[in-house]
Amino acid sequence: MSRFVPLAVVLLAITVLWYGAAVWLNSAWVYDQAARDGGQVGFADMVAATMGQPRPVLPAPHQVAVEFSRMVFETRVTSPRSLVFHAWVTLSGTLMGFVLGTVMGVILAVGIVYNRAMDMSVMPWAIASQMVPIVALAPMLAVVLAQLGAGPAVSKAFVASYLTFFPVVVGMVAGLRSPDPMQLDLLRTYGATGPAAFWKLRLPSSVKFLFTSAKVAIAAALVGTIVAELNQPTGLGARLLSGSYNGQTAMIWATLIVAALMAGALVVLIEVAERLTLRRMGIQP
Amino acid sequence: MIWISASIAVWLLAWRLNVILANSALGAGAVGRLLVPAIFGLTLLVVWQGIVWGADVSRVILPAPSEIGAAIVGNLPILWADFVQTVLKGAVSGFVIGCSLGFLAAIVMDRSAFLQAGFLPVAKFISAMPIVGIAPIMVMWFGFGWQSKAAVIVVMVFFPVLVNTMAGLSAADRMQRDLMATFSATYAQTLIKLRLPAAMPFVFNGLKIATTLALIGAIVAEFFGSPIVGMGFRISAEVGRLGLDMVWAEIAVAALAGSAFYGLVALVEARVTFWHPSQRS
Repeated sequence: MSRFVPLAVVLLAITVLWYGAAVWLNSAWVYDQAARDGGQVGFADMVAATMGQPRPVLPAPHQVAVEFSRMVFETRVTSPRSLVFHAWVTLSGTLMGFVLGTVMGVILAVGIVYNRAMDMSVMPWAIASQMVPIVALAPMLAVVLAQLGAGPAVSKAFVASYLTFFPVVVGMVAGLRSPDPMQLDLLRTYGATGPAAFWKLRLPSSVKFLFTSAKVAIAAALVGTIVAELNQPTGLGARLLSGSYNGQTAMIWATLIVAALMAGALVVLIEVAERLTLRRMGIQP
Repeated sequence: MIWISASIAVWLLAWRLNVILANSALGAGAVGRLLVPAIFGLTLLVVWQGIVWGADVSRVILPAPSEIGAAIVGNLPILWADFVQTVLKGAVSGFVIGCSLGFLAAIVMDRSAFLQAGFLPVAKFISAMPIVGIAPIMVMWFGFGWQSKAAVIVVMVFFPVLVNTMAGLSAADRMQRDLMATFSATYAQTLIKLRLPAAMPFVFNGLKIATTLALIGAIVAEFFGSPIVGMGFRISAEVGRLGLDMVWAEIAVAALAGSAFYGLVALVEARVTFWHPSQRS
C-alpha cells in the first residue's frame, strides 16, 4: 500500500501541473479573442474558456481523455478515423520487423561467435552502428522500397527489423559467450560435440541476454515504425503528422498515449515471456 | 556482368585475407583489430560500387559510393550549414540542457524517499515511450527553429540520465558511507567526495545513451517542420525529389557526427572514471 501513495501523489501533482499549464498556455488565445471583440474577460471566465478550445496550445487532460475515448472506443475500428485501426497498422509493422530482425540478429550472432574472421570484421561495425541515428534512413527506405514495388507494410517492417537487428546481435553475442571457460571445458571432458555444446550450454545461457536485448529492440522497432509511417497514409506516425499539419493537438496527444500504451504493453509482454521461459528452464529470474 | 564478377572476386579475396589475418598473430594485436574491420568495410563499398555499376541500378534506388562521395565533396557548404543547424544548435544544446536537468533532478529526488517511490515508476514508464512523438507538439510550441528540436531532445534525454544517475547514487556501498559518517562528513561532503564519483560510471552510461537519442531527436523533429536548413529537412526534401546521393551524403555526415559525439563523451568518461575497472584494462 505504502508504495502506491507516493505514486498517486506524483500522478495527481502531474495532473494539477498539466491543468495549470493548460490555463497558462491557452490564456493568450482567450485574451486575444476578447480583445478582438472589444470585451474584457475576468479570471474565472478565462480559466473556463481555456478548458474547451477546439485547437488549444495544450489540451487539458480531460480533452485528451475525451478525444482518446472518441477515437478508440466510439469509432468503428475499421474506420480510418479510429486510432485502433492506425494502432493495428503500426503494431503489425512493428511485430513483423521485430521478428524478422530478431531471427536475423540471432543467426548473425551465432556466426560471429563461431567464426573469428566474422567476429573481427562485423562486430566493430555492429557496435558503431548503434551510435548512429539509423532512424534517419527511414524516409529514404520507404521511398526506395516503394519504387521496388514493395508495399508500405514491407518498408516499415524493413526499418523496424533494421533497428531490432543490432541490439539483438550485440546482446546475443554477449549471451552466447557468457558460459565461462570452466563450463565449456567440462563439456569437452564429457566428449560433447560442438553442436551439443551449442544447444545444451551456449544457447540456454544466452536466453536472458536475448530477452534484455529484445526489450530494447522492441522499443526501437516501434519508434522506427512510427517514423517510417510519416511518409505513409496510415499508422500512428501518419496520424501524428496529419495532426501537426491541421493543428489538432488533442488528437496528437491521444495518438501519443496510444503509442505509449502500446510500447508499455509490448515491453510487459516480453517481460512476461521472459519470466515464463526462465521459470520453465528452472532459472531464477 | 564483368563488374559483378569482379566484385564477387574482390569479396572472396578480401574475406580470405581477413580469415588469414584474424587467425594470424597479427589478428590478436591492435593493428589486426583495426585492419580487419577496415578491410571488411572497404570491401562492402567496393562490392556496392561493383553491383551498382554492373547491374546498372537506377540512381533513384541506390546511388554508388562514388556518387555519394561526389555529392559530399560538391555540397560541403550545404552539409556544413545543415550540421551546424541540426547538431551544434539543436542536438548539443538539447543534450546539455536535458542531461543537466536529469542529473540535478536525480540529486534532488535522491534526498526524498517519497519522491523516489512516486516518480521512478513514472520515469521508467516514460523512458520506454516513443518520446520522439512529442516532436509535432514541440514544433507547435517553439516554432520551426532549432529551439523546438532542443526541446524534444531535452525530454528525450532527461529520463535515461535521471534513471541512470539515480542508480549511480546508490552505487557507493554501506561501508563507505559509514566511513564518511565516522569522519562526520556532511551530506554535501559525502555527496561530492564519495557518492557522485561512485555514480559516474552510471551517469556516463546514461550520457552515452543520450548522445544517440539527441541526434535521433534532432533529425526526426525536423521532419515535422523546420527552416530550410538542417539534416532532417535536407533528408526529407531530397527524398521528395529523389536526390538519393544527397540523402546518403547527409546520412554519412549523421553517422560521422554520431560517432564523434559518442566518442567525445567516451573520452571524457575515460578521464573522469579512470579508476573504474572497465577503464583500467
